[in-house]
Amino acid sequence: MNTSNSLPEMSLQKPDMSVTIAGVTFKNPVLTASGTFGSGLEYAEFIDLGRLGGVVTKGVSNVPWPGNPTPRVTEVSAGMLNAIGLQNPGMEVFIERDLAFLKGVDTKVIVNVCGKSVEDYLDVVRRLQKEAVDMLEINVSCPNVKEGAIAFGQNPDALYDITCRIKKEAAQPVIMKLTPNVTDITQMARAAEAGGADAISLINTITGAKIDIEKRQFVLANKTGGLSGPAIKPVAVRMVWQAAQAVSIPVIGMGGIATAEDAIEFMMAGASAVAVGAMNFHDPYTTVRVAEGMEKWCASHGVDRVSSLTGIV
Amino acid sequence: MKKKTTMTVLDSRMLAQDIWSLELAYAPEDLPEKVCPGQFAGLYPAGGEMLLMRPISICRWDSGRGALRFVYRAAGKGTRSFTELRAGDKMDMLGILGNGYDLDELGGKHVLLLGGGIGVPPMLELAAALNRSEDAGTRVTAVMGYRNNELFLKEEMEEFADVYIATEDGSAGTRGNVLDAVRENELQADVLCACGPLPMLRAIKHYAQEKDIPAFLSLEERMACGVGVCLGCVAKTTRTDEHSKVHNARVCVEGPVFSADDVDLD
Ligand SMILES: Cc1cc2nc3c(=O)[nH]c(=O)nc-3n(C[C@H](O)[C@H](O)[C@H](O)COP(=O)(O)OP(=O)(O)OC[C@H]3O[C@@H](n4cnc5c(N)ncnc54)[C@H](O)[C@@H]3O)c2cc1C
Ligand SMILES: Cc1cc2nc3c(=O)[nH]c(=O)nc-3n(C[C@H](O)[C@H](O)[C@H](O)COP(=O)(O)O)c2cc1C
Ligand code: FES
Repeated sequence: MNTSNSLPEMSLQKPDMSVTIAGVTFKNPVLTASGTFGSGLEYAEFIDLGRLGGVVTKGVSNVPWPGNPTPRVTEVSAGMLNAIGLQNPGMEVFIERDLAFLKGVDTKVIVNVCGKSVEDYLDVVRRLQKEAVDMLEINVSCPNVKEGAIAFGQNPDALYDITCRIKKEAAQPVIMKLTPNVTDITQMARAAEAGGADAISLINTITGAKIDIEKRQFVLANKTGGLSGPAIKPVAVRMVWQAAQAVSIPVIGMGGIATAEDAIEFMMAGASAVAVGAMNFHDPYTTVRVAEGMEKWCASHGVDRVSSLTGIV
Repeated sequence: MKKKTTMTVLDSRMLAQDIWSLELAYAPEDLPEKVCPGQFAGLYPAGGEMLLMRPISICRWDSGRGALRFVYRAAGKGTRSFTELRAGDKMDMLGILGNGYDLDELGGKHVLLLGGGIGVPPMLELAAALNRSEDAGTRVTAVMGYRNNELFLKEEMEEFADVYIATEDGSAGTRGNVLDAVRENELQADVLCACGPLPMLRAIKHYAQEKDIPAFLSLEERMACGVGVCLGCVAKTTRTDEHSKVHNARVCVEGPVFSADDVDLD
């Protein structure tokens, strides 16, 4: 017998980092948060996209959207505010250019969908039926556009209704992305589940504002913007935990994730997978660092399947 | 290729009230393939509470020493924290970012550089690069606008260009802005390159239209990613932009240098 046999069994094997959500298996639980990663093309210069569990694209609408006036972004303590206003080139260009690029990448593809009316969302969902897309994430939670979007995410009846209608048309499993700008997140989580959602993701940004006291005016042209980054993490962990308690469908957790430890915290709160958002801007290598760090953490803590961490608190 | 790298501070010093010069050296394995005048880098404040890089233009590139020089105004929290750096300190940097000036387009011409305030620094690298141009007939004139007689980078610019000065308080050169100095000295050129505050760029765009000569303008916008993913930094364009399919181009990727005809500054 050699000495290595005296080590605990688990540390001899690589932990199983894969997670399965609605029948889709991701090689690891680390996704990109919509709007913070484009469609991956730009960050492919920094990281191997094949190391990611999945790429979640910027919101796509049926026609091109110009977005809001600038300034659209600003920094705040341990975070940032954005009011991009969902600028995007529309689904036809997205399919031709972005999806074509993602086809060559060995990772799962989740397309984030936005719209002003239910019909707008359905246009995109139908158009994507035959495309190489693994899942859809429906953004009913953007605080920065005047019509649609967040209105669906703040009213449980509207959320239930749009979820039902999207589920009828979607060829891929549907994730409903929830806003934290509500009084009771569990009500929204249940409405999405009742409408047939295959999973939910949260949190989108928290509405905030910043004033330039010298100029005596708001910094962002839109006045208010969505807060993201490490500043929101405790709120996000709390909401992921509450939502996960309320439903039996899988939860994808995000909000300020910077390290593997942050990601593990979200898993323990009830997330089956996690997404990295604003921290990509601080360090384009964050996603890969988080994925590698989670694997090391599992190995050093005797966790043989990362999925076993989900909801253990 | 763009990278986030850890740079070593070679030199940090004050040039004028709130204007600082910072020289950073690459580790040999991180050296960029190419640096163009007009490009910029993202400098990260240390500590962790400030997440976003500060976009600062390249003022000089010394390929022999692998050193980049920046000249910046200590404006807010992040740039003020940079003034505490000393030789030997480390600094994280995202670079090299953006599209600079097209040297092939400018070679062989009489180029008039217009730098206003903290728009002066990128003009220095542009003047230096044009000075190396092999196109016969390349000529560089620079007009630099300042608030007062703290004429930072003037002497260095004189190595590469005929220099004219404008000051707001009239303490040196022409009283007024860079265009006042252009008019007073009856300066002519084949092409304009400018960096400075928006009202100045707007005036230069009109001036170039009036004279019917091309102008290239370096724009500023608030940035988060610096690499084209967040769509925070857009400038209004006169035509539909190829990437966005709307009248918005990313200052951090398609810019910061734009042809004046392509951007809507009003
Ligand atoms: C392409 C480009 C090149 C630039 N080159 C130079 C240069 O060579 N020298 C120089 O002094 N300045 C330059 N600037 C402006 C410089 O980026 C800002 O002055 C700086 O980011 C302010 O940061 P702060 O920490 O002082 O302010 P803070 O108030 O702490 O900044 C808060 C946030 O707002 C952003 N911000 C604030 N003011 C500006 C601004 N005017 N432009 C863009 N972002 C801003 C910051 O980047 C940060 O994200 C350039 C800007 C751009 C876009
Ligand atoms: C610049 C920016 C753009 C965003 N765009 C979108 C979007 O298009 N669709 C969406 O569902 N969420 C969008 N979000 C929200 C993020 O996907 C994420 O839910 C949120 O930022 C919280 O995560 P973080 O703190 O890790 O950034 C955006 C966030 C940022 C910072
Ligand atoms: S700063 Fe993000 S797109 Fe330019």
